[in-house]
Amino acid sequence: MAKAFLSGNEAFAYGVRLARPQVISAYPITPQTIVVEKLSEFIEDGSLKAEFIHVESEHSALSCAIGASSVGARAFTATSSQGLLYMAECLPYAAGGRFPIVMMNANRSTALPWNIYGDQRDSLSQLDSGWIQAYAENAQEALDLALMSFYIAEHKNVSTPYMANLDGFVLTHTYEVVDVPTAEQADAFLPKYATENKLDLQNPRNLAFSAGPDSNTIFKYKEHVGILNAKSVIQEAEDRFETIFGRRYSGLTESYRTEDADYIIITLGSIAGLVREVVDALRLEGRRVGLLRLRYLRPFPNEEIANAVKNAKAVAVLEKDISFGNEGTVYTNVNSAMQKAGINIPNSNYIGGLGGKNISSEEIKGIFDELKSQKSAVRFLGIGGEANGG
Amino acid sequence: MTEILWHGRGGQGAFTAARLLGDAYSLKDNAYALAFPSFGPERRGAPIRAFTKLDQKPIGNRSEITKSNYSIFLDDTLFNAKSFRELKQNGKILLNTKKKFDDPRVITLDGDSIAARILGLPITNTILLGAFAAISNEISLEEIYEAIRQTMPRRLHEKNIAAVKAAYEEVVA
Repeated sequence: MAKAFLSGNEAFAYGVRLARPQVISAYPITPQTIVVEKLSEFIEDGSLKAEFIHVESEHSALSCAIGASSVGARAFTATSSQGLLYMAECLPYAAGGRFPIVMMNANRSTALPWNIYGDQRDSLSQLDSGWIQAYAENAQEALDLALMSFYIAEHKNVSTPYMANLDGFVLTHTYEVVDVPTAEQADAFLPKYATENKLDLQNPRNLAFSAGPDSNTIFKYKEHVGILNAKSVIQEAEDRFETIFGRRYSGLTESYRTEDADYIIITLGSIAGLVREVVDALRLEGRRVGLLRLRYLRPFPNEEIANAVKNAKAVAVLEKDISFGNEGTVYTNVNSAMQKAGINIPNSNYIGGLGGKNISSEEIKGIFDELKSQKSAVRFLGIGGEANGG
Repeated sequence: MTEILWHGRGGQGAFTAARLLGDAYSLKDNAYALAFPSFGPERRGAPIRAFTKLDQKPIGNRSEITKSNYSIFLDDTLFNAKSFRELKQNGKILLNTKKKFDDPRVITLDGDSIAARILGLPITNTILLGAFAAISNEISLEEIYEAIRQTMPRRLHEKNIAAVKAAYEEVVA
């Protein structure tokens, strides 16, 4: 392993190189561009042997990846924001075809108003597309997810495409210390992609077919089971990862000082780093607070959330998203997990960081302060006022 | 945590200096750094800010620095009385200028002359990094050299290392 000082985008590109994809199809969009630029440099300098396909749009980028995956190739693409929305038609094609493509998405706001900065409304709007969705906190996790994503997506019990999300700019463009594994270690971790779900002259079969009302449900059920199977495969991948690389990840969620916490903030992505610092500061004052970071949104960590919050007095979901006319989508999902587990405690939703707005440690401390009132509410950070309508 | 706020104009290499500093610092064991520019469209000549955070533990706060331990100006036209509001108590300003300031918080260096002499270009980012090594205990010259060797194109190594050394010696003197 070698220590390097890399941005989140670069770290992800190093992880992809270690995974040796055979086809990379890409179209640039800020703040993702550096990932595919870096990969094209790796191909140019001979350190990655892959077919790099320049395409004319994001729709074509994912279509190319689907084509590559359909002949059994390991395929990668990357996008962001409007680019993700432009390829939205192809997302369920990849998932329904059970093509284990890996895509990095640089989380960025969606228009209008036009904005190039980070929030999570792009990927969260695609939660139902059938893709696994992971959210990295830092550049090290980004690199490690790049490597683990192929293992998880391509596992025969999963066969589901994987979207690894990095917060735009605050993660994609921030440089930090990253441990870059060796190619030998990566090869020991990640087997070559082998599948029967491919077009093969020796073994002809029909792929990407129609399924009418009689058979459609069973296909959708199997797709659902595949993504649910990812739960145990993520565990398996992380155990294997720890053995080879010595770094431990904690599955669908990461609990931080939640065991005896009265008040817990549930969040995702890079803002978790700041929440952790605020938790430590408040703990020094004797306040029982904790952090639950959602590492995966699909498969959704229902049991993990219930376990982490079952002794809390109130929780808040902090997310860079709003489902207009309702509330934050992560909040809706978390509430469902709690309700199914019979946990009926006050819970609030804080919508922050939209269009790249900074979330400060004072605001996070303010959320913990407001949780003490134990009233449920939906609030937009930084502009005051509740957002419950009515 | 030590927080360094870099000021420059697009094209002067302020972010490159911020990144080199983070890289140099993190060569040590148990040393962590974040480096990032002010995000957004980039324009040559426009004022830009860049940020380096240094600590002995992982850094969770990715927000822009609002109060710095050191504010470093590659261009003295960006420096004014308001610059002191962004300093922590006992914070220092490192300024590339030919002018003299009678203020114990301000350390000046004629980086442009060093750049003209050694680099033959009006680029002072690595020069200010050498000066920073002289006024702080955060990094050594050897760590800066190593960061330059790791991240800059080979043809730039020798001149930039010489410029860092010259700036360091001038500030120490």
